[in-house]
Amino acid sequence: MHGTIKSPSYKTDFPLYKTETNRAKPMSLNYPFAALVGQDEMKRALMLAAIDPTIGGVLVFGDRGTGKSTAIRALADLLPERETVEGCPYGCAPQHEAGLCGACETGSKRKTVKSKVPVVDLPLGATEDRIVGALDLERALAHGEKKFEPGLLARAHGGFLYIDEVNLLEDHLVDVLLDVTASGENLVEREGLSVRHPAKFVLVGSGNPEEGELRPQLLDRFGLCVEVRTPTDIATRIEVVKRRDAFERDRAGFIAQFTKEAEKLRKAIVAARKKLDDVDLPPEILEKSAALCLALGTDGLRGELTLMRAARALAALEGKKSVTLAHLKTVAPSVLRHRLRKNPLEDVGSTVRVERALEAALS
Amino acid sequence: MSDDAPELWHTACEAASLLAACPAGLGGMVVKAPPGPVRDAFLAMLKEALPDGTPWLRMPHALPEARLTGGIDLASTLAAGKPVFERGLLASAHGGVLIAGMAERMDRAIAARLEAALDTGQIRIERDHVSDSVPAAFALILFDEGEPGEDAPPASLTDRLAFHVDLTGLSWRDLGETLSSKASATALPLQSVMLAEGHAETLVALADALGIASLRAPLLAAMAARAHAAQAGRVMTDETDIASAARLVLAPRATRLPAPPEEQQAPPPEEQEHQANDPAPETMEAQDRPLEDKILDAIASAIPADLLAQLQAGRGGRLAGRGAEAGRKAPATRGRPLGARRGDPRRERLDLLETLRAAAPWQRLREQRGDAAIAVRKEDLRVRRFRPKSRTTTIFVVDASGSSALHRLAEAKGAVELVLAECYVRRDEAALIAFRGQKADIILPPTRSLTRARALLKGLPGGGGTPLALGLDAARQLADTVRRKGDRPFLILLTDAQANVGRDGMGGRQKAEEDALASADALHRDGFESLLIDTSPRPQPKASMLAARMGARYLALPQADARRLAAAIVPAR
Repeated sequence: MHGTIKSPSYKTDFPLYKTETNRAKPMSLNYPFAALVGQDEMKRALMLAAIDPTIGGVLVFGDRGTGKSTAIRALADLLPERETVEGCPYGCAPQHEAGLCGACETGSKRKTVKSKVPVVDLPLGATEDRIVGALDLERALAHGEKKFEPGLLARAHGGFLYIDEVNLLEDHLVDVLLDVTASGENLVEREGLSVRHPAKFVLVGSGNPEEGELRPQLLDRFGLCVEVRTPTDIATRIEVVKRRDAFERDRAGFIAQFTKEAEKLRKAIVAARKKLDDVDLPPEILEKSAALCLALGTDGLRGELTLMRAARALAALEGKKSVTLAHLKTVAPSVLRHRLRKNPLEDVGSTVRVERALEAALS
Repeated sequence: MSDDAPELWHTACEAASLLAACPAGLGGMVVKAPPGPVRDAFLAMLKEALPDGTPWLRMPHALPEARLTGGIDLASTLAAGKPVFERGLLASAHGGVLIAGMAERMDRAIAARLEAALDTGQIRIERDHVSDSVPAAFALILFDEGEPGEDAPPASLTDRLAFHVDLTGLSWRDLGETLSSKASATALPLQSVMLAEGHAETLVALADALGIASLRAPLLAAMAARAHAAQAGRVMTDETDIASAARLVLAPRATRLPAPPEEQQAPPPEEQEHQANDPAPETMEAQDRPLEDKILDAIASAIPADLLAQLQAGRGGRLAGRGAEAGRKAPATRGRPLGARRGDPRRERLDLLETLRAAAPWQRLREQRGDAAIAVRKEDLRVRRFRPKSRTTTIFVVDASGSSALHRLAEAKGAVELVLAECYVRRDEAALIAFRGQKADIILPPTRSLTRARALLKGLPGGGGTPLALGLDAARQLADTVRRKGDRPFLILLTDAQANVGRDGMGGRQKAEEDALASADALHRDGFESLLIDTSPRPQPKASMLAARMGARYLALPQADARRLAAAIVPAR
């Protein structure tokens, strides 16, 4: 898709890198999303973000070994294909007039192609030049040409940007992310380059809160926050072990078993997207959600807005014509849990606080 | 030197041979062993078990990110005038074994890279103008050299490694015959081995009985069982495979002793003896009992020792150094190096090599001005980052109420004194909170003064109600203060968990217990490391539940005297 990202030249005394065949990428055979056992809140949050990207990202926090990163990596295979402008390095979507890169804006012919929705991994230890993009060194050295080589933010445009162990991300990289997620575009001023391109993506983070807190500003960027716990129910645990074991034994075969269900989920996402604009938001739901946010003292309008969007996406996913209280109740914990003001005297977890407020506000 | 030394070595050999058969699938092994002949023998044995030519790499301590995942090679880049990428350690270890020493001091960011590689079998490189993903499936051998009381290896990393072996007590004289474990001709490919009906259930039930929360443990055990079966040439796992997997993978992870089922309180002595000799009896009379009970019996003798050993190693899941991470503050200019980033060398320390590395690819582009051999610009400047060293403050929270005092206050005092002496030696601090009647008091603010502590302890009165919630709240406040200072608090709660005074100072058992659990949750939420020692003569489910809510390790020491208590506490920190 992005021919501009070159393969590196490696030091030649490493035999593995001498031939192209040796450098073939391993086939990505991810554990299928449809085969994930339990963890309904996490799965739902990811699907909602896929249906309506304006919900604003998903943060998955929780215990070790609960399949956080498995679920997110599985998402890539689940997403329906999208349309992009052919040859655009930023993967501009033709129908979004507002968010086009310079070339697509001015170019007259707009041939579109189908492509996979990118789920881009931002690994820890990534350097800034690869995240925001930098001067294409190879080109510059060989032809003396100043050409911008897009980075991860460009690649994630229109898709997902995934950061595992997001709480370990270095501060100066967090700053970059904060800036880009706020403005929806990436502004590069370095090495004599001045480039501006759209960078709208769904930020997905996962981590273990025991290993360090997330900066509040970054926390605020996530629309939904999901807590995953290790299932304690023996039957569920057994099912997880059995499925995972079957997957390890025969990946392709296991994935094949779930293609039908994956297709069903994919269709549900497509259908929900189409329906999204037609879902009704009754005034009493708006009132209730305002009351809920007021009761919890969440700052700003963002919580309320996200609550509406998430509830609407859920209604669309369920094929309903209008949002009901049940939808609101379902999404409220994910939307509000990370927006509560920290209260050192409060003796219960944020999830419980949201649930209590829900009961009070919606009864 | 312990009596079970040959058995320990045997276990290590077994684990190594399974690992050699399936390096990537089992993740690897945590080996608690200081450098020395035993460790060398272990490595030699493992290497022997691997096919010839398997990559075998050592990971230097505190290596920079660029060496781990790959990065700009300075010399070649300067010579070639264009960026030349050097392959990192993780990629080089593909298909083989990566050995990391001093795992207890491993940086969290490095551990996270290792975890990602273990999970996906590849690494993503996004640095120094290179975007690539490279296969990196390897077995990780993690050597834990931590002295008692030091940080433990990152728990999220050890969680991904199937085998946990402790060789500290061994001398090279103890090493029995080494199993020759070159993959035998009869071995089957792992893919063709299935878990028998009911075996997944057994492994999950065993993990549950041993109090292992992570689901990776039964998964790795399933993999180990299949590897064990494959070695023996079976296409279906049998009881011996499950027993081995349970012994090698699950038992070392135990966080509690399995509760003996009622009907089995007194198994016939001859059966016990039989099981001690044979890890997986295929006896007829045991047929009607569930498999997990049989296996629990078989591995039971190992568990208590292992559990204590685990506590002594301080490598239990919840104790692995996270306090230090949480207490991290603004940029430090000394301490453990964390790598480099762009920055201003006027405020932080310049990292010369990283700066040169950043400048290297640009040399041909930048017009050479003056006599400078290498043109370095502002955007190349890299500064070092450090993590400040943090001290541990052990906070004792002692139940001095009537119910506790009767049994145990004297022992608790003795234990606190012994641990205080230990703290004094290690320049750590200790504090003491006591709760009784209607209040909790900080008897001893964080201090290193042994004399003062001793005097205060001596005067500590006992008796009255048990305001457990107040005690926990006071502990949380103090722990928070300690963390704010940048130190690492560690809570040790000695109680029988029989709360009967609420947070408001009023009596009432139910309210008191609710309050206590709420306070425990708050402690858990703040992520304080803690250990709960159940001091009641008969271990109580109440206490273990409280520990679970606190996220604390639970240790029931009904027969403990001061010295044994101290022995359990000191290493757990």
